[in-house]
Amino acid sequence: MRRLLVAVLATAALATAAGTALAFCGFYVAKADAKLFNQASQVVLVRDADRTVLTMANDFKGDPKEFAIVIPVPTFLQREQIHIAERALLDHLDAYSAPRLVEYFDENPCQRYLEKAMAAPVPEGVAGGALGRSARDRSLGVTIEARYTVGEYDILILSAKESNGLETWLIENGYRIPHGAYRVLGGYLKQGMRFFVAKVNLKEQSKLGFTYLRPIQVAYESPKFMLPIRLGMVNANGPQELFVYALTRQGRVETTNYRTVRLPSDAEVPLFVKDEFASFYKSLFSQQVKRQDMRTVFLEYAWDMAWCDPCSADPLSADELRQLGVFWLDRGGDNPSGAQNVFLTRLHLRYDSEHFPEDLSFQQTADRQNFQGRFILRHPWTGSDRCEAAQTYRRGLPKRFEQQAETLASLTGWDVNKIRSKMNLKAGTTVPADGDPWWKKIWN
Amino acid sequence: MHGSRSWMRDPRVYQILVLASLLAYGVFALDFEIGAGRASLLVGTALLTQLAFTRLWHLPAFDPKSALISGLSLCLLLRTNSAALAILAAAITIASKFVLRVRNKHVFNPTNFGLVALMLATGRVWVSPAQWGNAAFLGFLLACLGGLVVNRAARSDVTYAFLAFYLAILFGRALWLGQPMAIPLHQLASGAFLIFTFFMISDPKTTPDTRAGRILFALLVALGAGCVHFVLYRPNGLLLSLAFLSPLVPLLDRLLPGERYVWRGASAVARAVDPAPSLREERRFA
Repeated sequence: MRRLLVAVLATAALATAAGTALAFCGFYVAKADAKLFNQASQVVLVRDADRTVLTMANDFKGDPKEFAIVIPVPTFLQREQIHIAERALLDHLDAYSAPRLVEYFDENPCQRYLEKAMAAPVPEGVAGGALGRSARDRSLGVTIEARYTVGEYDILILSAKESNGLETWLIENGYRIPHGAYRVLGGYLKQGMRFFVAKVNLKEQSKLGFTYLRPIQVAYESPKFMLPIRLGMVNANGPQELFVYALTRQGRVETTNYRTVRLPSDAEVPLFVKDEFASFYKSLFSQQVKRQDMRTVFLEYAWDMAWCDPCSADPLSADELRQLGVFWLDRGGDNPSGAQNVFLTRLHLRYDSEHFPEDLSFQQTADRQNFQGRFILRHPWTGSDRCEAAQTYRRGLPKRFEQQAETLASLTGWDVNKIRSKMNLKAGTTVPADGDPWWKKIWN
Repeated sequence: MHGSRSWMRDPRVYQILVLASLLAYGVFALDFEIGAGRASLLVGTALLTQLAFTRLWHLPAFDPKSALISGLSLCLLLRTNSAALAILAAAITIASKFVLRVRNKHVFNPTNFGLVALMLATGRVWVSPAQWGNAAFLGFLLACLGGLVVNRAARSDVTYAFLAFYLAILFGRALWLGQPMAIPLHQLASGAFLIFTFFMISDPKTTPDTRAGRILFALLVALGAGCVHFVLYRPNGLLLSLAFLSPLVPLLDRLLPGERYVWRGASAVARAVDPAPSLREERRFA
């Protein structure tokens, strides 16, 4: 038994030693941000202890008159707990954390051969106020607890006695809520939740001069670390896309009632992906969703907000973070170079009611390991040196290109033969257009 | 080999096989954030601690089975960035069996104690309750149910009782809220829930000695877990509830006295060496 124990511990020591991190993460080429996906909502969850600041943005493109949202919130909200954020904040956060493409250039193998020691880079307008209306509200059991105009939005905080009345009230007041929503509403009411409902105040909007809808922010204190998604699924046409950016003090955030899976990362892909990174990433995401039977949440990014490598955008400044609601930043000690104690988790999910029956619940973990969705282009060396190492290097290339083609096919579900022909890989020859120059084949 | 049949009859052997297969599946097929290195560190520390206490307490024989179960359970549940905390967790898990005792019976389920102590004390340890795929869940469920049949474990009543109470809470809540039944079903489809139900609360060494006591205890733990989840809105309700209610077991044993449990097969070796006194020792620490 003792011998067995020694063996077990030796394996442990070896395995811990092997897990060194890569310091060099390649040159940044392109990113795949949230704008690629239709019907995408973006939510920022700033959370520490029981305090939450929630920022909600969606890609609503229709007539602002048609816009209305109904969100269950855990507590009553005072006017000061509601704020309108700038769209640019979310765009910056998205750009900073988006899955990225990086590239490496192979070195001259002859030189590498000579200098062996050199380390190679590893690769709403609510009609309120009228007396008649409030009588009707009472008959439906709905109480308007507060009424605010914030920025371009008219906002109401509602509580209700029963869900049928609330559904009727919402429909009568021009909130396009699907019939049958009362079943979902009822569950929230029984848990003591309020409803935050908002419409666009057209007068305010034209006064402010915005042509798009800015994200709404709410701050509240509640042990509930969750996102209600069920209401939005009642009459959804097909799956929806959601990005959750969690900003926390301690570490990575994950869902406690759905599996959180790391997106495939660090894969080497063919060079042509550089020109079609957007469609590559969309296919990859769809393929991964399919592979996991649409039952998981994907981790796309987990990083300390103070830095990035390679950066697809600069880290957010302390001021931007404060605007997003990061309330624990030191106001006095302005640190323009970046933020301290802010860890960003970017989660991405595609969901429908069949595969995501329950609202998302989260927990903050103590995990501070960095993770990014990162894909690698590796440019072959194209020099003409003829040392032995160069010969070996060139002989190894076709195998590498084939490997890249297969990786790409497996990640995206694309046809491997089409990939091969795009790479100019033909059975037998397997030399890509952008590998060796054309004239190298003439006399060899 | 002496006592090989009794080894086979020990329900812990089946448990070890199930946990080890689940861990292998988790590491290779699912995205479990645990590598072979961390797993061997946890299991190795658990076994070494068991060995150390066997010597310190002058026990007649080193029995690795319980420590192996604790180590494997930790591999499946405990997550931390720090290797030192992983070692500490495994050591505390096993040590709790020997140190935290009332009337010669350990108070806490070792794995449960190790997890909760480190989660609350350091804040740098966590459990990912949702890291299981559906396929893993179904396979694991079958293996757990199979274990009940194969072992006819004397104290599976606590598992049945807990299942009944906890299911009643989840489905009752969904009915009250008017939620579709898909929600409680989804809440149950968690590997952490199964480990808890079939490997933790069922631990015959730390449950009350009488059936009435065990059923009452199962009810309290189910209520506690429901309270943590649905009133306090915190994760890991099952683990917290069991850890905080375990100190009630000595009280329940005093109110409802019964016979202490001995692992089938565990005492065979000891009995052969020195029947009477060592049997008592085995009962105490296995």
